[in-house]
Amino acid sequence: MSGAAPKYIGFEAYTERIPSGIPKAVQQATGRFAGGRALRVSELPQWEQLRQIASDIRMHTIRNMDVYLSRLEESVRAAGGHVHWAGTAEDARQIVLKIAREHNVKLAVKAKSMATEEIDLNHALETAGVETLETDLGEYIIQLDGTGPSHIIVPAVHKTKEEIAALFHEKLGIDAPPDPNELTRIARETLRQKFLDADMGISGANFLVAETGTLVMVSNEGNGRMVTTLPDLHVAVAGIDKVVPDWESLTVFLKLLARSATGQKLSTYTQFITGPRQTENEFGPKEFHLVLLDNGRSEILKDPIGRQVFKCIRCGACANTCPVYQNVGGFAYGWFISGPIGAIFAPQMLGTPTARELPFASTLCGACAEVCPVKIPIPEILRHLRRRVAQGDETINTTMPFYIRAAAKIGATVLSREWMYGSGTTILHFFMRFFTHHNQISNAPYPFSRWTKVRPLPAFASGFRKWFRKQKDFFKETVE
Amino acid sequence: MTQAQLFITCLGDQFFTPTLKNMARILEKLGVELFLPHEQTCCGQPLYNNGFVDQSREVARNFLHAFGQRDDPIIGPSGSCVGMIKYHYPKLFPEGTVEHEVASSIAGRIFEFTDYLVNVLKVTDVGAVYPHKVTYHASCHYLREMGLKGEAKALLDSVKDLEFIPLHDEETCCGFGGAFSVTYPGVSRSMLEQKVKNIVASDADTVVMCEPGCLMNIAGGLKNAGSKVKAMHIIDILASQGDEK
Repeated sequence: MSGAAPKYIGFEAYTERIPSGIPKAVQQATGRFAGGRALRVSELPQWEQLRQIASDIRMHTIRNMDVYLSRLEESVRAAGGHVHWAGTAEDARQIVLKIAREHNVKLAVKAKSMATEEIDLNHALETAGVETLETDLGEYIIQLDGTGPSHIIVPAVHKTKEEIAALFHEKLGIDAPPDPNELTRIARETLRQKFLDADMGISGANFLVAETGTLVMVSNEGNGRMVTTLPDLHVAVAGIDKVVPDWESLTVFLKLLARSATGQKLSTYTQFITGPRQTENEFGPKEFHLVLLDNGRSEILKDPIGRQVFKCIRCGACANTCPVYQNVGGFAYGWFISGPIGAIFAPQMLGTPTARELPFASTLCGACAEVCPVKIPIPEILRHLRRRVAQGDETINTTMPFYIRAAAKIGATVLSREWMYGSGTTILHFFMRFFTHHNQISNAPYPFSRWTKVRPLPAFASGFRKWFRKQKDFFKETVE
Repeated sequence: MTQAQLFITCLGDQFFTPTLKNMARILEKLGVELFLPHEQTCCGQPLYNNGFVDQSREVARNFLHAFGQRDDPIIGPSGSCVGMIKYHYPKLFPEGTVEHEVASSIAGRIFEFTDYLVNVLKVTDVGAVYPHKVTYHASCHYLREMGLKGEAKALLDSVKDLEFIPLHDEETCCGFGGAFSVTYPGVSRSMLEQKVKNIVASDADTVVMCEPGCLMNIAGGLKNAGSKVKAMHIIDILASQGDEK
């Protein structure tokens, strides 16, 4: 989904409309990545130590974000770059549009960037008359398709090669076989001239090194290099959470990122961009602009539990291992960041009135936290956000429907008093007997129907306490 | 004589009478004198995990009251419920309060059943006989929150005539997830169907697990699929003496 802020994310409704091919396409890719990751992890005996160090660096940076951001700003300026602070998505769009206008930009080429998805930049540029072209293959595909990314690192993961061939035929008028190499060749040929014609290159950033003002980009296709070197103007948009203190800490993240993401030791390209070109003889743009995007991040940074989401290095390992994501794909999460990380990102960035269903889109199985290279305690943050939705917290009132809150209240009252629980049990069992056939309940009334529409419920049976009481010689029931 | 308190869990109490009896019998056989606190109901996890933290605190208070009368170990047939009490109860009450003290004391002496057998009593062979092909589903909280990786398998390994078959994607969630199963039944169904597919493909005739929640889910999924594979709590395998005639 594109970053255009959604009004309400109806996870359950979205999951009911998932095209049948999506889970299979998603599982093929995520399975391959997860397998590759596991192999890489097994090769590095110090993996757990690296994760801990990465987690510590990230938390240190989050706690001292102001210090590192001013250091970054100084370093970027010292290297000859321009730094822009964008408080909101609208600010960021206006900054980029202003730069484009000042340089009379007609065509912009883009490297894959989640920050520009977040601010829905393509749409703003197109509206302002700037042709904007995605050059990452996956992004190119979803741009043709008019949708958004369904995975952090593999935006078109939901598409099979057959679907991509059909899309190329429809949009480009090219008869393409469903062969990845051939499809890539077609995209490359279509894009090559655009790189040369473009007036502006737009990228995101994987990391921003405060020490030297260096923008780090990790990619596999080489398009990122062309976007950031061929046009005379390079504009990078990045969330403030992308800052890392220094090169020493960067090496830790680079060791973890590709291994966790695609199962590579290192991605094909790792670019280090420090300002614009310094002399006429160098490659690279004449001007370099860095747009630092807040868009609600400063508020989240005040929450000691919620802010841990900013440890994220966008590897997608959580999605690759998440059984929910694998069955619903990225679009069900209704926003450009999907999967477990999306479920803790969106409710904080968009607010719980919009994204209140997402923290519940998890079984709390914990597989995500187990693979996260920076040890984000995703289940803990999910619970934290569930609390925000259910009963409200310091930041916002409850957004849970009234009948669920009432049910929770009644539940707590009954479950905290054995005499009520005991009599409730007797009544429930009596009543449910009418729905029990062959020792199971296949068609229970609401709310049990939410269970039985998927699988039968075993027959209720509660003879244990009575039985225990009878075994007097060995067992003792303790009544206070 | 070792003494312990039995925590039967609300799901156990509502659905799994024979399993609870077997749990009591096994512990009795191993020389553990059991006490059943009458006041116990539910650990409050369904409320806690769904954000109703204040309400779960009320339920937790009842648990502390029920089990705080004695100071011997507490044993329950669910890694998930035990994990709730062990890792989350102390967070529910402010440090320095009596309730926090009781919660912390209980957290230090509550055990999941297989954990208690293998790591406290140091027993893996309970004299069970189960002449079947058995595969194993690793329940999420049992595995990841409680960190119980080898306990169930060590116990199964000592069951006479049992043939163990590894399960593909053993550690992948079955789609239960407590309230998740009724909040997003459609997604839960997809996850369950995959688990069932893997179980059926394993060619085992029994799938075993250490969690009443997963057991209800997987047993139901197998029935829906028309499969003959039996879903069982590990306790019932450990109490088995071979096929009853």
